[in-house]
Amino acid sequence: MADAAPPSKSRDLDKLLLRPGNLVGPTFDPGVQLRDDLQEYAKILVVGAGGLGCELLKDLALSGFKNLEVIDMDRIEVTNLNRQFLFRLEDVGKPKAEVAAKRVMERVSGVNIVPHFCRIEDKDIDFYSDFNIIALGLDSIEARSYINAVACSFLEYDSDNNPREETMKPMVDGGTEGFKGHARVIVPGVTPCFECTIWLFPPQVKFPLCTLAETPRNAAHCIEYAHLIKWDEVRSGKAFDPDNADHMKWVYDEAVKRAELFGIPGVTYSLTQGVVKNIIPAIASTNAIISAACALETLKIASAFSKTLSNYLTYNGVEGLHTKVTEFVKDKDCLVCGPGVLIELDTTVTLQEFIDMLEGHPKLLISKASITYHGKNLYMQAPPVLEEMTRSNLNLPLYDLMDKIPKDILHAIGTINKDNKKSSGLRKLRVDFKGIDGITDMDMAGGA
Amino acid sequence: MEPKTKYDRQLRIWGEQGQAALEKASICLLNCGPTGSETLKNLVLGGVGSITIVDGSKVELGDLGNNFMVDESSLGQSKAKCVCSFLQELNDAVKAKFIEEYPQALIDTNTSFFSQFTVVVATQLVEESMVKLDRICRQANVMLIFARSYGLTGLVRISVKEHTVIESKPDHFLDDLRLNNPWPELRGFAEAIDLNVQDPVAHKHIPYVVILVKMADEWIKSHGGALPSTREEKREFKELLKARMIAMDEDNYKEAIDASFKVFALRGISSDLQRIINDSCAEVDSSSSNFWVMVAALKEFIANEGGGEVPLEGSIPDMTSSTEHYVNLQKIYQAKSEADFHVIEQRARDILKKIGRDPHSIPKATIKSFCKNARKLKVCRYHLIEDEYNNPSLAELQKYLTDEDYSIAVGFYILLRAVDCCAANFNSFPGQFDGGMDEDISRLKSTAVSLLNDLGCNGLTLTEDLINEMCRFGAAELHAVAAFIGGIASQEVIKLITKQFVPMSGTYIFNGIDHKSQLLTLY
Ligand SMILES: [Zn+2]
Repeated sequence: MADAAPPSKSRDLDKLLLRPGNLVGPTFDPGVQLRDDLQEYAKILVVGAGGLGCELLKDLALSGFKNLEVIDMDRIEVTNLNRQFLFRLEDVGKPKAEVAAKRVMERVSGVNIVPHFCRIEDKDIDFYSDFNIIALGLDSIEARSYINAVACSFLEYDSDNNPREETMKPMVDGGTEGFKGHARVIVPGVTPCFECTIWLFPPQVKFPLCTLAETPRNAAHCIEYAHLIKWDEVRSGKAFDPDNADHMKWVYDEAVKRAELFGIPGVTYSLTQGVVKNIIPAIASTNAIISAACALETLKIASAFSKTLSNYLTYNGVEGLHTKVTEFVKDKDCLVCGPGVLIELDTTVTLQEFIDMLEGHPKLLISKASITYHGKNLYMQAPPVLEEMTRSNLNLPLYDLMDKIPKDILHAIGTINKDNKKSSGLRKLRVDFKGIDGITDMDMAGGA
Repeated sequence: MEPKTKYDRQLRIWGEQGQAALEKASICLLNCGPTGSETLKNLVLGGVGSITIVDGSKVELGDLGNNFMVDESSLGQSKAKCVCSFLQELNDAVKAKFIEEYPQALIDTNTSFFSQFTVVVATQLVEESMVKLDRICRQANVMLIFARSYGLTGLVRISVKEHTVIESKPDHFLDDLRLNNPWPELRGFAEAIDLNVQDPVAHKHIPYVVILVKMADEWIKSHGGALPSTREEKREFKELLKARMIAMDEDNYKEAIDASFKVFALRGISSDLQRIINDSCAEVDSSSSNFWVMVAALKEFIANEGGGEVPLEGSIPDMTSSTEHYVNLQKIYQAKSEADFHVIEQRARDILKKIGRDPHSIPKATIKSFCKNARKLKVCRYHLIEDEYNNPSLAELQKYLTDEDYSIAVGFYILLRAVDCCAANFNSFPGQFDGGMDEDISRLKSTAVSLLNDLGCNGLTLTEDLINEMCRFGAAELHAVAAFIGGIASQEVIKLITKQFVPMSGTYIFNGIDHKSQLLTLY
């Protein structure tokens, strides 16, 4: 005879977590223990507390997770309110991460959410290693790229160059634009990482300056002329601030003048904001769809209660409804999720020489690098206190700084110069000291 | 604060008109579990006019685990009331109210209730109620959308007699340039420009539209009136373009080569549009909608002034050009578009008069938008759900059942119906309560088999794995699944209300196992 289970907040989730299933992940071990472990031990980081981040926090809090953290450097704006449902008009100006965490905790009892109101680069790598899964709700390619590199930096390979499962830091990533979006699962070493499939995000095409200066044809050309050329001409020395309403009005007025001069229609204040700030249209429903898919996959990675998405889901609601799953493949030469760039060195090379070498390395092109070795700061470019503390290492041989281990992994964080664009990045380096034979190697391993 | 600022990011998608339509809409939600609550949340944020939540249940402990709109303080209270008050917090511009009653009761006893709404969002209904409500809403001409979450599956489907779209806003659509069929003003403009101009700056600022009009004309003259059609001819045409370049950096010629397919495009209207103008609704009478009156005018235009073409859209894409050439070209396209619009407008007004309506009952702006979008018109029609349930297309069903990409989705489609049969016969969904799982599995299996037999799919069966999973789901409403289904449902509601973009057709079956969800067309 069927029995009604005693009342429980986990009424619906329990059916999936406590009962054995047929179409499940290989490690699925149903039972009360699984549910309790998810609540007690699983730690999830949500990166971004915007349209996707708000949804993700709510979805994860109602998917059996109790330990969440969220990181976001932004403050709440009025234009967020049509979709970022955790924020109210009176919250405008407050940090998104803090308000989002508070609101979800108010409504879902038992959930703990730690907010971090800062840039993702402000946290050291160790911060990120603490989480079982990282969920990304971002609208910037650079930020995705950075977190991806951080998560991939934890990945270690064994002596046969196979990725070690216990070092994999899974990510789920979502993105939306209007009625379209994607959700993907990234398991470094198993699926392609963000960088393996970077071609999915082609760089934005910019208008040639000569078009803006000489042959403007549409409203956007007039706006960009005012923003990129006229501003510097007339108000040189003063940095343009897109969040300053007076600055925006100035650009708009100049764009109108230029449009009149050339007989070009269509310059509006709203378009001026759109072009200058590169505004991506966003609505609640698409964010809800994509975040829900990401949250569901997060729960699957943590519990194996069902098969996982393999590995890229696209949604398009413009003409009818299209969802599609694509299984992308890893780039075996990926600099980010691969075993790391091999660098052969003499034992005499100093840390300073090593850092200089990275800047000229054809594959890496990483300048102003800070170097860490198993979480230990060998040299830090910033903040000044750390720089001073680590400066004396610069003249020491790297070999000594690495405790005379002949082969090991280092991390370099710095500015990556790629396609004439600079961005913060992290690279994993496999350092191999020349002239140290296998016996020493074994001795060292035995002594460690 | 200006309300426009709050909606800035969505106004960039559906504009003031779309927003106005949303603000006029009244939405009725049946059942406010997580699927219904999440659907409504997205609509309230977007600023719909009013919402009415119908749910007769009280908040239980289990609801706190899957519904963000209720909290500890809601326990024992009306779910409709709690969800309503949270949603009101999200947007005070929305009129929110609730009715503490079971939707079932309204469907059975108060059918006129539904006629007051723009859209009814019916969530978590079983088959019998769906069929009844479908008939009621069809009769009352109220748009209806079903949404259901069930374990790792679920469905979304629209039921509306007819939904016509002028602004379908497709992502990619061929520009309306008439390169191989220029009207006199465009031809004249092109003729006045010399492709052999000596000045290199002038040469590289001739817009590709002009280059292609002239080159197409040259080709047609030397090929007995025919356009390049074979692969070899197309290649040859591109070579001719390349040969005209006088420097490597001539972007206008590169653009012309890339856009040469626009020359090869067939003249005349698409088969989709042909189907619309041939539709029996294009034979208009006094009961015809504005849309069909305009289609009738369009049909006349194509047969007469248009010479087989629709009114010109009138906009051109950005292209390398001197400002002067570009602005002039733009004016030529706009003038032709304006002229075409006047013809259609006159024809529409004449038709209105003929069918006994006020000739000015369709606003000018509507006719203008219709002309601009004439190539992109869409007509969506949805059959009654009971027709599909009683008489599905056997061929389609069998195709889906044997197609690897569709087999899980169609399996869920059958099982979603089968669990409702079980619930009707045994008072609970298979696996809804712990214990008796084996019995429930065999019941679900035999129900599914007999359902397939009734549909005429004798011998075809579903996998044991899928049947077992369906029992494991036990009618659970997982928050993440509900948020997904609710997101899809709200997206479709927005398209229906704004009459922009194209709503889904068929039945969307969610597959939360590997996300290979499908749209099934079974009738
Ligand atoms: Zn990679």
